[in-house]
Amino acid sequence: MPAHLSIKEIADSQAQLRRKKLVLFAFTLPLLLFVMLAFVAPIATMLYRSVYHPTVAQLIPQTLKQMQGWETQPDTLPDSDSLVTFALELKSLAGERRSGKLAEEINRVFPGASSLIKSTARKLKHLDEQEIIASQGTILLDSHKKWHNPALWHAIASAGEVWTSRYYLTALDLQLSPEGAIESRDTRIYLKLYWKSLRIALLITLLTAVLAFPLSYFLANASSAKANTLLVFVLLPFWTSLLVRTTSWIALLQTNGVVNSTLKVLGIIDQPLELLYTEFATVISMTHILLPFMVLPLYSVMKNIDPSYFRAALSLGAKPLPAFAKIYFPMTLPGLSAGALLVFIISIGYYITPALVGGTDGQMISNIIAFHMQSSNNWELAAALGSLLLVLILALYWLYDRMVGVNNIKLG
Amino acid sequence: MKTRVSSTLLVASLFSATTLFSAATHADSLTAVSFGGAYGATQQKHMLDPFMEATGHEILFENYSGGIAELKAQVESGNILWDVIDVEVIDLERACSEGLLEPFPMDTLPPGDDGTPAMEDFSEEALANECGVGNIVWTVLFAYNNDTIGSGKPMTVADLFDTEMFPGKRALRKRPQVNMEWALLADGVAKDEVYALLETDEGQQRALDKLASIKDDIIWFDSWSQAPQLLNDGGAVMVQSANGRIFDAIQSEGKPFEMVWDGHLYDLDVWAVVKGTKKKALAEEFIRFATGSKPLSGMPDIAYGPTRQSSYAYVDPEIIPKLPSSHLDEGLKASGVFWADYGESLGEKFNEWLLE
Repeated sequence: MPAHLSIKEIADSQAQLRRKKLVLFAFTLPLLLFVMLAFVAPIATMLYRSVYHPTVAQLIPQTLKQMQGWETQPDTLPDSDSLVTFALELKSLAGERRSGKLAEEINRVFPGASSLIKSTARKLKHLDEQEIIASQGTILLDSHKKWHNPALWHAIASAGEVWTSRYYLTALDLQLSPEGAIESRDTRIYLKLYWKSLRIALLITLLTAVLAFPLSYFLANASSAKANTLLVFVLLPFWTSLLVRTTSWIALLQTNGVVNSTLKVLGIIDQPLELLYTEFATVISMTHILLPFMVLPLYSVMKNIDPSYFRAALSLGAKPLPAFAKIYFPMTLPGLSAGALLVFIISIGYYITPALVGGTDGQMISNIIAFHMQSSNNWELAAALGSLLLVLILALYWLYDRMVGVNNIKLG
Repeated sequence: MKTRVSSTLLVASLFSATTLFSAATHADSLTAVSFGGAYGATQQKHMLDPFMEATGHEILFENYSGGIAELKAQVESGNILWDVIDVEVIDLERACSEGLLEPFPMDTLPPGDDGTPAMEDFSEEALANECGVGNIVWTVLFAYNNDTIGSGKPMTVADLFDTEMFPGKRALRKRPQVNMEWALLADGVAKDEVYALLETDEGQQRALDKLASIKDDIIWFDSWSQAPQLLNDGGAVMVQSANGRIFDAIQSEGKPFEMVWDGHLYDLDVWAVVKGTKKKALAEEFIRFATGSKPLSGMPDIAYGPTRQSSYAYVDPEIIPKLPSSHLDEGLKASGVFWADYGESLGEKFNEWLLE
């Protein structure tokens, strides 16, 4: 037997190893493709959409080019060449039925511009090009007094930026002044909503933990027949449609609902309490809906804790409470962490339940993202808000990793 | 009973077999989209079914909840799934000028059954936008529950804001539209000045301040389908609603609801052709059929008014006073142009106000 492998043998074995790796890779390929297509790609396009916005630059390229350099002068109108170019470009857009697109984009920066641009486009459509050029832009200025407002022109220039931080600034309740300084917006709403979502999510995490801990402890220490039966009661709501569970909370909490009528019959209250369409309703129904996500990891971790540790602590002279706090509780932490992380991340972006039972003060950030997706069609702002939510969650995850350690998590 | 069920099944399966067969041989299928519910059922009965019967074409009828987001997604991605769409005029302005809809050849609309040319038969607003043909006149008004309102009865929009005379919860849809207009009307602004005033910061603030005066008594809801339920047992004594839903609750369920027409905000729905559809000709043919005198005359089944004069010949005279078209003087036309301009900025302001 030769002491060393020949070069050919080494090459063969390496080729074999490569083949094996390739086969293994091929096994994971479907999942990888799925994750790329269904998860990574949408998130990437969302991030992209929130900063890259070429629409206006494609609609009026010449105007934007000519307005360069003027932008730094806050209180003047662009020169007459720019005005003429804009009028001509608007005229040709009107001919192609694309002026509405421009109107919507500018309106986003300058509310009220939509009807102005559309009506001006209708007028220009019927004018002769030579006439527009000869007028030196006065046709445009005379068509409506709003065209004399420099702020409108700055809005057009700002909407024309291809790469923009505008949506992120809006999502943080900030805006750029004409001079280029960052200042806070008149309407402040998004930071409040982020803060509120964070607060509600933390509250729900805390509540589910408080409710799930004793239950899981009981389940883990009951006989297996009993535990299995009781576990069905945890799983049954978990298997029920989300909408059904949310609507049943509506039936329970509404003015003449089950809770109020019961309290009335018992003589505890005269007037029905206001329960539905409040933050309270959001918190209580989401706590109920997300409870299984806390119970299941806690239960499976507690199930695997050897009871002899606790007994050993007692027999070595520890009082029950310190023994629980110092010996048992730390061993449940992996389950508690997993449950808390699951509940927190799910609840911070929750949409349906707050929309149905939340009313005014139970709204969360996801509801305003839906508003911008569905009603205002400001997908760029929705993308920026969603990206910030993602960043917020990642930041909290990082914080959590620093404080508790992600390796500690155990789902079962 | 059992035999009846099985014979119905048999007929149904035979029917679907023949429609399948006919679809495979000569007919095309079209996808129409509307709002569902009682409204969708009425359109199915008076527009889609007769069209399918008359032409042999098949129509798939889908629901959406309004707005132009889905339409925009389809047109922008080039993946057109819808052919004909029922659009609220408040969205039509935007959808048309953004190029999401095809312009409709208005000169091809057939005359009314009484011979009136289409251009004179339709109301002016019904053909005002080049992309859509008016289908119904509907309105947003408020209604109260006779059982819970107490002795006095609200008569005006100002009464909606008067919590001393009429204590109890008011249910309003959670959006600035309609609420801002009503707030100004209740504050004494004349109808024709409402939108001009709402363009100014002062006007917007005045409307929000007026709404703030009853903020604690408002229940906010998200979809029209919630409105009748809130008035029935949801604890609201007055509710904002699309008129058809209240009418339906009174008519078919005998609810003790009463509609208040003062300051109602009426609007039209139109049929329009989705930009880029491969079945443009068929879609136009459907619209010409659906907006004929006879199909339109079925819309008052749920108290939505037809948009052409010649339809009224077919409408039950008892229903006519309950249609929005009979109360135009008391109301205000919802402005699609205004909301295209200020929908987003007021939406943000409104949400900020809600959070205060």
